[in-house]
Amino acid sequence: MSDEAREAVGDYKFGFHDPENATIRFDKGLSEQVVRDISALKDEPEWMTDIRVKAYHHFMERPMPDWGNCGELNNIDFDNVTYFLRSSDATEKDWDDVPDDIKNTFDRLGIPEAEQKWLGGVTAQYESEAVYHSIREDLEAQGVLFLDMDSGLKEHPDIVKKFFGTVIPYSDNKFSALNTAVWSGGSFIYVPKGVHVEMPVQAYFRINAQNMGQFERTLIIADEGSSIHYVEGCTAPTYSTDSLHSAVVELIAMKDAKIRYSTIQNWSANVYNLVTKRGVAHENATVEWVDGNIGSKLTMKYPAVLLKGEGAHAEVISVAYAGAGQHQDAGAKVHHLAPNTTSSILSKSISKNGGRSSYRGMLQVTPKSHGCRSKIVCDALMLDSNSRSDTYPTMEIGNPTADLEHEASVSKVSGDQLFYLMSRGFTEEEAMGLIVNGFFEPFTRELPMEYAVELNKLLELEMEGSIG
Amino acid sequence: MADEILRVEDLHVSVEDTPILNGMNLTIHRGEIHVIMGRNGAGKSTLASVVMGHPAYEITKGTIHYMGTNIEEMSVFERARAGMFLSFQYPAVIPGVQVGTFLKKSVQSVSEEPLKGRAFRKELNAAMAALEMPKTVLSRYVNDGFSGGEKKRLEILQMLLLKPNLALLDETDSGLDIDALRIVAKGINSVAPQAGCLIITHYQRLLDHVQPHFVHVMIDGIIAQSGGPELALKLEKEGYEWLEAATEA
Repeated sequence: MSDEAREAVGDYKFGFHDPENATIRFDKGLSEQVVRDISALKDEPEWMTDIRVKAYHHFMERPMPDWGNCGELNNIDFDNVTYFLRSSDATEKDWDDVPDDIKNTFDRLGIPEAEQKWLGGVTAQYESEAVYHSIREDLEAQGVLFLDMDSGLKEHPDIVKKFFGTVIPYSDNKFSALNTAVWSGGSFIYVPKGVHVEMPVQAYFRINAQNMGQFERTLIIADEGSSIHYVEGCTAPTYSTDSLHSAVVELIAMKDAKIRYSTIQNWSANVYNLVTKRGVAHENATVEWVDGNIGSKLTMKYPAVLLKGEGAHAEVISVAYAGAGQHQDAGAKVHHLAPNTTSSILSKSISKNGGRSSYRGMLQVTPKSHGCRSKIVCDALMLDSNSRSDTYPTMEIGNPTADLEHEASVSKVSGDQLFYLMSRGFTEEEAMGLIVNGFFEPFTRELPMEYAVELNKLLELEMEGSIG
Repeated sequence: MADEILRVEDLHVSVEDTPILNGMNLTIHRGEIHVIMGRNGAGKSTLASVVMGHPAYEITKGTIHYMGTNIEEMSVFERARAGMFLSFQYPAVIPGVQVGTFLKKSVQSVSEEPLKGRAFRKELNAAMAALEMPKTVLSRYVNDGFSGGEKKRLEILQMLLLKPNLALLDETDSGLDIDALRIVAKGINSVAPQAGCLIITHYQRLLDHVQPHFVHVMIDGIIAQSGGPELALKLEKEGYEWLEAATEA
């Protein structure tokens, strides 16, 4: 990498990009025709085209949210976004068949290696569509479906039609409407009754092109008594202009099922990351979001769980790291819609070099939901005095039997901690790195080990060159 | 002449323009154990912190030499890497960082060669056994929820692993029961022959287990009197008044 490039990329180590060798690239901008063209190109059933078109009109009519970071949201130039870009004509099952430049990218990101070591299946999405996909044979033999969403719609239209948009309808918000109109790629997973997928399956999302919009759509259904752990990673090159990532993720955990969805989002600092993630937990089911937001320019994301069945459980563990020029507006929403449901929310955020992190949370207990318990813990750590941290908790408690705990803390790295660590041989940056890793530890320990190690390295890298 | 480890000359130190040390002089050679006693506020802890390089203290006059080098410009971590060690009176809590990871990274940061995992573990096990520390400590977070005695043992464990040339022990004996005191003393005695030791304490009782070569009494930021172990015994029996009266006179 040249010095100039290094300067532009900064500490972000995934900021490299490859030449764009698109096989199909739409002109920038959005119209009903673009939406219809995407659907036609994918040869979709009519009902899907209809949903897309309805969603498009809803998107056009719906105003921008009047909350969150409105100033930054209004800077998004929807006319300057490429809504569809195909880089490979096929989704391959063998890395050797993936075009070289794309394969190189995923090699540099360590995906094929991780797959061999510890994953039950992998989808690798590059721009708008999956370029690689595989699942372990034993899982396939048990009837587990793990496909990219486009293939899912082709091969299992009945299941997709039954569940698509049931958790997050296009009318949910402006960005769910946008995603529904132009969605492409993402994962489709169905785990049959009683099947436990022991190894995590992973999807990796990479934006390579400039001014790209990535709109993956993920639908995961865990049938009765089954379980799955899905891991998602994302990176993008560092450009001087902005890209848009607006995903929709719907999870459905049937009776006694368990879904864990882990994300390490590490977009470069020119990506708007506006994602809607929501899961439904039926009777005695569990939905867990483990959500890490390290990169991006602006993230607005609040993984949600609807506790619909008695005894269901929600768990949201999230961390956010906001550096210079970044705003992480993240949090969690849990809706206790049935009796004896429980939830736990742990949110940790770090702000540095003028970065801003916000916790935005919603906890609802409906009047008929007796015996619910919820614990919310929000901790913010400020690494300097020109950074910012805010908390916007909302609670709607309709049932007096609810047992709620809410703890919040804002702390700064203390001089005593730094002096202590430096007296043990650590530089100030190393000391900061240790403190930051320690602060995120309750999150990190929930990750598969390989991810945890990678995240710690990433955070240490963020601390480098940051001390004046 | 024996190997000189620390030489403090005419040291004046202020915190936010309040003078704390007013012309300290102290020289420590390898193999020597020095004890500093004195009332609260006499400047004992300040001396330890300023020698270690705490940024809050301003040296307004005088010098500190470590192994022949003026260390005024050295940062805290450089001093640590050069072989200086401070056992804290109140060790900081580092939530989320496991003791095992912390120790390994710390030892790695001060050693010039890459750490050998097996050799390190062997040494760690031996040191923990000597200090009668359970293995479970390694997976706890640094000083998080530790009792006073556990914290002090962890400080001594770090000292054993880091093998300093200069060991500054700031009230390491405070708040220890008799068994813990004996164990901590054992740790100090094992490091002392190879290092220069400066022990800050209020109590004679540690000196039943650790034999000092010199005892100094600090009053108002200077050493008012120096002597041998008998001085500590006299202070224990008679308090500081006789010395303060003599100083004022």
